[in-house]
Amino acid sequence: MSPLVLPLLVPLTTAVLCLVVARPKVQRVLGLLGALALLVSALALLLEVHRRGIQAVQIGNWPAPFGITFVADHLSALMVVAGGVVAVAVALFALAEPDLPRERLGYYPLSHFLLFGVNGAFLTGDIFNMYVWFEVLLLSSFVLMVLGSGKAQLAGGVKYFAVSLFSSVLFLVAVGLLYGSTGALNLADLATRVAGLPSGFQNALAMLFLVAFGLKAAVFPFFFWLPASYPAPPVTISALFAGLLTKVGVYALLRVFTLLFAQDPAFSHGVILWVAGLTLLLGAFLALAQGELRRLLSFQLVSHIGYMLMGLGLLTPLALAGSVFYALNHMLVISALFLLAGLLYHLQGTSVLVRMGGLYRSHPGLALLFLLPAFSLAGLPPFSGFWAKFTLAAAGLEAGAYAIVGVALLVGLLTLLSMGMVFAEVFWKTPPEERAVPGGWERLVFPVVLLAVLTLGIGLWAEPLMALSQQAARELLEPTPYIQAVLGVSR
Amino acid sequence: MEVLIAFLVGGLAAVGVYLMLRPHLIQFLIGFLVLGNAANLLIFTAGRLGSQSPPLVQRDGSLLETIANPLPQALILTAIVIGFGLAAFGIVLFYKAEQALGTLNAEAMPEVFEPAPAPSPVDQVRAPTPEKERIPV
Repeated sequence: MSPLVLPLLVPLTTAVLCLVVARPKVQRVLGLLGALALLVSALALLLEVHRRGIQAVQIGNWPAPFGITFVADHLSALMVVAGGVVAVAVALFALAEPDLPRERLGYYPLSHFLLFGVNGAFLTGDIFNMYVWFEVLLLSSFVLMVLGSGKAQLAGGVKYFAVSLFSSVLFLVAVGLLYGSTGALNLADLATRVAGLPSGFQNALAMLFLVAFGLKAAVFPFFFWLPASYPAPPVTISALFAGLLTKVGVYALLRVFTLLFAQDPAFSHGVILWVAGLTLLLGAFLALAQGELRRLLSFQLVSHIGYMLMGLGLLTPLALAGSVFYALNHMLVISALFLLAGLLYHLQGTSVLVRMGGLYRSHPGLALLFLLPAFSLAGLPPFSGFWAKFTLAAAGLEAGAYAIVGVALLVGLLTLLSMGMVFAEVFWKTPPEERAVPGGWERLVFPVVLLAVLTLGIGLWAEPLMALSQQAARELLEPTPYIQAVLGVSR
Repeated sequence: MEVLIAFLVGGLAAVGVYLMLRPHLIQFLIGFLVLGNAANLLIFTAGRLGSQSPPLVQRDGSLLETIANPLPQALILTAIVIGFGLAAFGIVLFYKAEQALGTLNAEAMPEVFEPAPAPSPVDQVRAPTPEKERIPV
């Protein structure tokens, strides 16, 4: 069996097994094993892609472009690996702090169906099939968002649901128009045909896709739904969302705007650069104004999506490598911070910043642990975030786009300010009231340590991941091998 | 024919978007259904209209001279099924939201407050705010 389908089969099998075995104790173990197996299969896929080049599988033995194709290039494989890491960390956290009511309601099957959908979206080579995968992951995420029917969850869930529905319809319309004008749905096939369309029509289609995926990726001006919904569910759910869901939107943008709509970059990628700059600035300023930790992190999440779009907007090999590296690094860092927010909530019984405090005295190690992902998010050396920002800034200066580089560096500073404020509020400030510190938090630290050590490790030894990101960027800019892998050989 | 359907799609999309922008969630849901149908019709029209030729391959494997394209129907069928699932989930979600939050008006729904706020002694000394109005800082 090709290693390409394993990252799809593993979460599907895990989800089905979890459905069959309804006992939460067994499900916890299954959930962790499933996440670990997913990570291993993702690494196997990455190895295969790195050794033998782009992999393609035609499902059902229909030759491309008629059947459904799954393709893995470096970008897809790297995203699947990072998703696997996030899944393992979240599964460890869920194992350490069991949420029995939600487990009974099906947390484990749903979260693995979510992973199934996410990996499908990363690996598919067919634009309509991508729409279907989006729906798979969206439906799982809708249910996860409101699982347990908390009031805040329902209020946030309604907004999330409504916005997602609208973006799905836009995506469908864009796919329909693309099909009507080219007669193709396979991405590789489309890549050879889109260039023949009139340029005005191309740009209109590109903007439809930008809005549809931009809503999913939560970029300016479509980010309002994310901070209204992500803080609501328990942290095992919101950390998974923060790490994976917006990155699917970013991945789709990276794919579509290099493979299909790179004919008129002065227009389409110019728009993306503006969107990136405004997302960066607004997200960073709004994060400074927040008083609740997870809401603050949600705005940071929005803001940093801007960095990934910045690389796409510049469309040079170095900039795209920076985008890919940033997306991978961000998946780890933001999940670590969300999990930390859950840990702090466990310790303090609140996540409103003014009511927290005093943790530096009682938990100095935890304070140090917080600083690792926080500094990585802000882009300080020697963490992975530094190399990501450094690459993007260097690419921007190379391309002469000084304004966006200025914005990027300013937002780095604002992020540092925001993280510093969180540190001062949560760790340094005298707590507003005395409260007993609950025990049992040590178990929750492990997944955060795992992610924090990874970001530090990538920062200290950035060369391998940077080389892989650059390879991914080369494949994005030179789509011929991708097209050949899909259309050339049919198995 | 294409022009007529194009106008129909445009009209349906306008109605759908208008309804989706209304604050009432049931109107929103109906708007989504209408807009979804507009999208389906659009795919249908984009796959070329015509009733003369069947979408059939002949017994010996050769193609007819003109042949209808069966793919748009397959796409629409998928989209209809997905839309149906989403609408069903939406109805239940809005029902639960109405029960928990006491309103179906999206504008009257509270912003996300702190998940399960634990009442602290400080808060209880001050004027006790009802749970629903505890909006984040």
